[in-house]
Amino acid sequence: MDDRKRVALEGVDRRLIGSTPKLVCEGAWKLFGPGAEEFLNARGGTATLDEIGTAGLVSAVRNVDLAVQAGESFVVMGLSGCGKSTLLRCLSRITELTAGRITLDGRDLGSLSRDELVDLRRHKMGMVFQHFALLPHLTVLENVAFPLRIQGRTAAEREARARELIEVVGLGGREQHFPRQLSGGQQQRVGIARSLAVNPEVWFLDEPFSALDPLIRSEMQEEFLRLRNMFSTTIVFITHDLDEAVRLATRIAIMRDGEIIQTDTPEQLILRPANSYVEEFTRRIPRAKVLTVGSVMRASTNVETRPSSDSVVRVDAKICDVAAAVLAATGPVRVANSTGSVVGSLDRETVISVLADTRSR
Amino acid sequence: MSTRNDSPVGSSGNLRSISRRLGGAWPWFVGLFVTAVLAATSDDVASRRGWVWWRDYPEGWVRSPADVISRATKWLVNEATFGLFSFTQFTRAISFVIERPYGWARAILVDGFMDGVGRRADQIVPPLSWIAVIVLVAALGRHASNRRLAVLIAALFAYLAVFGQWASAMVTLSSMVIAVPIGVAIGLGLGIASYRSARVERLSTPVLDLMQTIPTFAYLVPILFFFGFGPVAALFATIIYAMPPMARITTLSLRGVPSDIKDFGEMIGCSTRQMTWRVLVPTAKAGLMVGVNQVIMLSLNMVIIASMIGAGGLGFDVLESLRRLDIGRGLEAGLAIVALAIALDRLSQAYAVRDTGAVRASRRASLVVGAVVVATFALGYVIEAVRNYPASLGVTSGSFWDDLISWINVNYYDTLEAIKLFVLDGFMLPVKRLFLATPWWWWVVGLGAVGWALGRVRLAITVMSLTAFIALVGLWEFAMFTVYLCSVSVIVAMLIGVPLGVWAAHNERASRVIGVVIDTLQTLPSFVYLIPVVMLFRVGDFTAFIAIVLYALAPAVRYTWHGIREIDAQVVEAATVSGCTPRQLLTRVKLPLALPEILLGLNQTIMLALSMLVITALVGTRDLGQEVYVALVKASTGRGIVAGLCIAFIAIVADRLIAAAARSARERYRPEQV
Ligand SMILES: Nc1ncnc2c1ncn2[C@@H]1O[C@H](COP(=O)(O)OP(=O)(O)O)[C@@H](O)[C@H]1O
Ligand SMILES: [Mg+2]
Repeated sequence: MDDRKRVALEGVDRRLIGSTPKLVCEGAWKLFGPGAEEFLNARGGTATLDEIGTAGLVSAVRNVDLAVQAGESFVVMGLSGCGKSTLLRCLSRITELTAGRITLDGRDLGSLSRDELVDLRRHKMGMVFQHFALLPHLTVLENVAFPLRIQGRTAAEREARARELIEVVGLGGREQHFPRQLSGGQQQRVGIARSLAVNPEVWFLDEPFSALDPLIRSEMQEEFLRLRNMFSTTIVFITHDLDEAVRLATRIAIMRDGEIIQTDTPEQLILRPANSYVEEFTRRIPRAKVLTVGSVMRASTNVETRPSSDSVVRVDAKICDVAAAVLAATGPVRVANSTGSVVGSLDRETVISVLADTRSR
Repeated sequence: MSTRNDSPVGSSGNLRSISRRLGGAWPWFVGLFVTAVLAATSDDVASRRGWVWWRDYPEGWVRSPADVISRATKWLVNEATFGLFSFTQFTRAISFVIERPYGWARAILVDGFMDGVGRRADQIVPPLSWIAVIVLVAALGRHASNRRLAVLIAALFAYLAVFGQWASAMVTLSSMVIAVPIGVAIGLGLGIASYRSARVERLSTPVLDLMQTIPTFAYLVPILFFFGFGPVAALFATIIYAMPPMARITTLSLRGVPSDIKDFGEMIGCSTRQMTWRVLVPTAKAGLMVGVNQVIMLSLNMVIIASMIGAGGLGFDVLESLRRLDIGRGLEAGLAIVALAIALDRLSQAYAVRDTGAVRASRRASLVVGAVVVATFALGYVIEAVRNYPASLGVTSGSFWDDLISWINVNYYDTLEAIKLFVLDGFMLPVKRLFLATPWWWWVVGLGAVGWALGRVRLAITVMSLTAFIALVGLWEFAMFTVYLCSVSVIVAMLIGVPLGVWAAHNERASRVIGVVIDTLQTLPSFVYLIPVVMLFRVGDFTAFIAIVLYALAPAVRYTWHGIREIDAQVVEAATVSGCTPRQLLTRVKLPLALPEILLGLNQTIMLALSMLVITALVGTRDLGQEVYVALVKASTGRGIVAGLCIAFIAIVADRLIAAAARSARERYRPEQV
């Protein structure tokens, strides 16, 4: 287990993530049904899917460990029904765990009183929902200001903040509209603005774009990336769409039947799938968009290159971005790190094989 | 047609299914056969062998709790204390809470504010002028929806003024403006408590069940005992009758709030109170307004019954004229109740679906209303016509109705009488004889067997003990009268209602007409049906029968219609493509698929029939309703409650059996929905 965790952090771009874990989940179990806790205790804290099924319980989350680093975009990916939403609800303790521990900034959520928990949620967490969960009887402005109203802020304060956020998500001018007068994409923009109103330290998003049309979805993903840079919060993002995960994640946790099978950067998922399930899953990803030069180059410091080829590529560039340059060169190109020293070479054949996606099918 | 090639396979499949169906049905045929034999021989057995108990429940075995209940209520009123306060103080407290606001409502709408008491009181402030009230309700209509609704409501209220029903209508309206908010508030509170706590729900569900199935008459007696004759008792009874649906609908609508929205409330750290009042209740508003509408309609339904224990107003007028057989006046007051019902129904429905975003309370409208109130108030001192609608401008249709009825009676007496005799002799009396001749114990055993077939041991035990209770308290014969009247009416209501429902589901134009008719039938308070029927057929079983059929028809139509419309269009298409004729489509596909809904409709029809039965006791039936009514007149608490419980038990038995049948039909035809 520890080994897996260590591996999980390898290869992560350290500039994107702080080194301190913000949100940690250890040995988390969630089983639905009466007597779940006794059932699990009686088995020494572990059970197989079959045993759970035979006991008449529904398994949602099984023995999940994860550590979300401050400032990272942690994506949980899995097919529908595998327990992603339940996991997310456990992370914010909307649902009580059957077993395990969740800590936020080192504080055990399970030990908090109801009041402390309410306070924590009010000030530190924000959440975006798949079906928007806007209040139908309130205007856009009132919806966005709602969390602040619950906190008891003054009317002037919450209106100012709400207007600001509505502007940020590009809905300026629609403050007085009601949710049903907006398109799906616009409604989700309201949901996003609302979740950011309290300036959350942890931002949960549960399949926020799954209910939208593909075109709008892609537009909203752009929007998400933009907001992520603006707000720099810690993000836990749930999706069942691998492309979306790859596009938005610093790290991805692949979930299946309530378990996390592998947690890694998109690149590592492709290069070192933990098992055939992950491999199967990641096969569809265009490798050139994920793999960096560093992961496929031939490493060595004294690279023999023809004089004509003086082009240099960066070690952390994506293959798709350097492909044209490499293919145009007459021989292997040099690869340099951020300080400019040469760390290896990259030849045409490698780039072509990545572009052609020549993995066993 | 290539599909014809498949028909051998199809028909052999059908044969198999028919034989299977028959195979499954044989116990039912045996049961019916045994029933027939027992009914035919029970007289013989009873007289020849002297086994009277074989047919009728012997009087010596009767153990009625009526006396105990009567004594218990006396004790409650005279002696019971809860430590800090006595029961009587408790009822007085309730009176106080209801009486004060009712007094104000009446002062505003009817009496004006008085100085002093009794006859020598002087009116210091007059009530609202009829013009002001009409403008006010029209403004509400505009606020809820649009100008059309405003005009409709104004017209309905103007009708009250023109036809001389204003004063009575305002008395009724003042009890409505008290009963409805209290009923809504209690229902909402109870519904929220049940939503939050499983224990509260477990406790309240059976109580609400009982409140809805016990006929109102049954609790009029104890209420009369506790609160005395007067508007408070009437309001209390109305609230008890009208509140349960609000509680249920509240719980249901809160449950129906999308889980995302509940999670959202949790996520932003709502306190329990914020969660309820800021998130759940506003989100569930549309559903809750349906509950409010139900409370209004049920309160109006109680108007006439409540007037038996002291509510004045339109209900009292109807009851009085019914007693004096003054059809014209009764019908006029009844129509006034209908006008009030339609106005309040439309208004509350408009609020339910109101576009929150469209208009927020317009300040100008409130100004106009305020101005009219002040102006009419001032003018009222100068011009009498502003204060009270001038009688000289009034119209009365009373004599018209009287003339119409007597014209019909003069010209068609024989025809009507022939119809009545035909139905009585050909249909109703045979059923009655069958029911009365079937031995009581066979009812208990047979219903138990049906319960076992549909729901195993638990249902069987429930059904048998409820049925046996009726025999034990010595009301078996009355109960059989009730069951017989209820059965014949329900059978006929279903025979008319189901085809109408099928027709409405298939024909756009028919559906529009039927929809309006059904809506109207459902808005009418039950008593209103009774008046013209009594006039044409006089008192008796047949009159009760007609009134019950009319009253209970609506759910039969509505549920069938709904059930057929909800069938998956793909299933129908598949059947059509595989060569079903329209008739086959209906009998083999649509009706079986709609069966669960039709059974629910049957259930509702029975419930409505039972509630109407109690009312028809007024026209001289000999059933449990009559027993309750007599108890009411004699203020005999125990007797009334026991008879009321028997009616409730009949309702519960029917309800449980049909619900179980609907469930098994659903399992058979639509397993994916179970
Ligand atoms: N409240 C609940 N009661 C019982 N079972 C539940 C509940 N919530 C979720 N489940 C079950 O847990 C499993 C995981 O559900 P969920 O977390 O919603 O999956 P996902 O979000 O990945 O689609 C599913 O099998 C679901 O049926
Ligand atoms: Mg989900």
